[in-house]
Amino acid sequence: MRYLWLVPFGMVLGVLGATGASRQQGGSIAGTVKFTGAPPANPKLDMSEEAACKGKYSTDPVVVVSNGALQNVLIYVKGGLPAGQKYSPPATPAVVDQEGCLYHPRTVAVMVGQPLEIRNSDPVLHNIKVVPKKNRGFNISQPTKGMKTTRTFTVEEITIPVQCNVHGWMHANLAVFAHPFFAVSGADGTFSIKGLPPGKYEIEAWHEKLGTQTLTVTVPAGGSATANFTFSAKAGG
Amino acid sequence: MSRAQSEQGRAPRQAARLAIMALAGVLLPPSLAAQDQAALAPRDEAQARGKAIYQKWCAECHGETGAGDGAAATRMLPRPRDFTRATFQIRTTASGELPTDDDLRRVVDEGMPGTAMPGWKARLSPADRDAVIAYLKTFSAFFQGASPQPIALSRPPRQTAAGLAEGRAVFEKLECFKCHGTLGRGDGPSAPTLKDDWDQPIRAADLTENWMFNGGGSVPQIYTRLRTGLDGTPMPSFSDAVEAKVITDEQLWRVAQYVRSLSPASPPRPSDVIRARLTARLPAGPDDSAWAAVEAAYIPLVGQIIQKPRWFAPAINAVWVQALHDGRRLALRVAWHDRSQSPDPAWDEWLARMQRAFPDGDEPVPERQGPDRLAIQFPARLSDDLELPYFLGGNARRPVYLWRWSSQGDRLEEGRGTGLGRFTPAQGEAAGAARYERGEWALQVTRPLEPQDTAAAPAFPAGRAIPIAFYAADGSNGEDERRGALSAWYALYLDVPTPPRVYVAPVLAAVITAGLGLAAVRQAQRRNA
Repeated sequence: MRYLWLVPFGMVLGVLGATGASRQQGGSIAGTVKFTGAPPANPKLDMSEEAACKGKYSTDPVVVVSNGALQNVLIYVKGGLPAGQKYSPPATPAVVDQEGCLYHPRTVAVMVGQPLEIRNSDPVLHNIKVVPKKNRGFNISQPTKGMKTTRTFTVEEITIPVQCNVHGWMHANLAVFAHPFFAVSGADGTFSIKGLPPGKYEIEAWHEKLGTQTLTVTVPAGGSATANFTFSAKAGG
Repeated sequence: MSRAQSEQGRAPRQAARLAIMALAGVLLPPSLAAQDQAALAPRDEAQARGKAIYQKWCAECHGETGAGDGAAATRMLPRPRDFTRATFQIRTTASGELPTDDDLRRVVDEGMPGTAMPGWKARLSPADRDAVIAYLKTFSAFFQGASPQPIALSRPPRQTAAGLAEGRAVFEKLECFKCHGTLGRGDGPSAPTLKDDWDQPIRAADLTENWMFNGGGSVPQIYTRLRTGLDGTPMPSFSDAVEAKVITDEQLWRVAQYVRSLSPASPPRPSDVIRARLTARLPAGPDDSAWAAVEAAYIPLVGQIIQKPRWFAPAINAVWVQALHDGRRLALRVAWHDRSQSPDPAWDEWLARMQRAFPDGDEPVPERQGPDRLAIQFPARLSDDLELPYFLGGNARRPVYLWRWSSQGDRLEEGRGTGLGRFTPAQGEAAGAARYERGEWALQVTRPLEPQDTAAAPAFPAGRAIPIAFYAADGSNGEDERRGALSAWYALYLDVPTPPRVYVAPVLAAVITAGLGLAAVRQAQRRNA
């Protein structure tokens, strides 16, 4: 019982830690990605060589707009995070599925060390080729339906192409972050990034064809900030 | 000392050394902290040696900075390796892992069959090869502190007929044919879309030519490629499929054995002579079963890189030639692997990629696919003169007699050639027919040995070497009458028909001898009587 006097200090530290943690969970950024004007026509797909996928999709969903909302935009904190801060990756894998000879979702993001689960829901051979520059790439095969493969990445890299060589039209975008503050816009164009400490942040929105946009937002302690982006056919040049 | 003891002994010493180095780094200016010079000197020396060797022998293709962009790089397909990405095809490590030093050494020593990379075993000493390997690893930060480990490879099961059949079934289950084709000729439906990590067009391997496999053509080598994949290319690793129990490891060995069985037991040797045996009945066409019994001569072809426009990426690397004659007519059958029946819209994407791959060639790669072509040439006049027409299509002084076949309408033309692409058609008696099947063309040409117009076409005499040469072009690859693959002069030899007196003379001689003998005996008997 020599060190009993340490307990109050421990309790104070614990409370401080807890408030710190709650503050971490508090701040958030939410918004919507919109698209104005006529969206560019997506490339036609001819899957006639693959009986199992033939006719499932007739165009490559590069730019997906519904009711003015733009899907598959990667939004992430680009600047403003405390330097040198380390974040531990979630154990829950991010999932990318191959169905109808397309990737779902088309844009997927993971943290460094977070598992990326690749699934094959098609009864055909897919190979999954990931071609990064900063991470090590790989090229693996999934010859049967239901096969799952998990991989992780070691350094931040935005973005990495994912390809299938059996079906040359298949393309996905993978992003690897050193922090957990990223999201991908859904079918309604919305996204949210949670758990940010208060501060001023540079937020970037990236789309594979339409290019990037940045915004600066201030997240109040425990509160939320809004970041809305609007892309147009011209934006990507 | 046991390994464990030695590890134990090493760890504290290393820690101490690190601590001293860290302290030195803090306390001393960097130049003085350049650590123990004596220990590093030999390494520096080896690296300087590696650099010198690299610059002398490697940089022309692989580039000064190792980016695979040397002066000769744009004339090669596949391109020289870009070392800056540390992506290597031939490894014993898992997909995405770095190669081991032994993996790199094997490629440096033996070269890469089917590419421009030669083996350096005969030219560089072992120390020099080690030095250059150490140097090329400095082009990528990935190698720093890395110690790649080979994957554990199992032992092959004994090859059996049932095993080969299983290998074939697994080949189909894994859909290898998607790229490599049902008969393995590299003509699968995905073949025209294939590109490497540098967006260069890349051909699916023709599995019937194992001597051209980049990583070697033996069963263990094929199995290793199946396990590790060929990084940087579309060929994936199948290790995950084994781990996921989609197939067993033994089944993967069966695939390797089956793939190996698609090639001959040993690489074909070029034949100097194409022999036309005498037959009673000439085959009716390229698929006539009579051809099955006729030996085929292997004639390798190389890209036409002598006259502009030069062509550095030929799609066809050999023709197989068979010949027969019946004393009145000659039949020649030429078969070659071609991944496409040109023009084929599925190959438009390939051609577009070829245009991007060769933007600064002597002439731009054609925008539209032409037909597939095959040309067979003979000297316009057969003389006892030793001088042959220029093998590159002849010239005005010494023209060649040509058979020009095109897949456009399966048309065979006969005429006179005075250089590549310079052709004057003539009315002749040569008839040709071709068929395309799963990555292979086969063409049969038939012509009387004695043409009606001997001024337009040479006669084909039996019993002497008739010079013959070949030219092949794949339209989907951007090839035409001048951009394609060709052979040097070879010889066609028609067996001499056995003349009737060969059979009559011995009988006659026997009869006469017997007659004379009988007469002599009679005379002697009469005298005695």
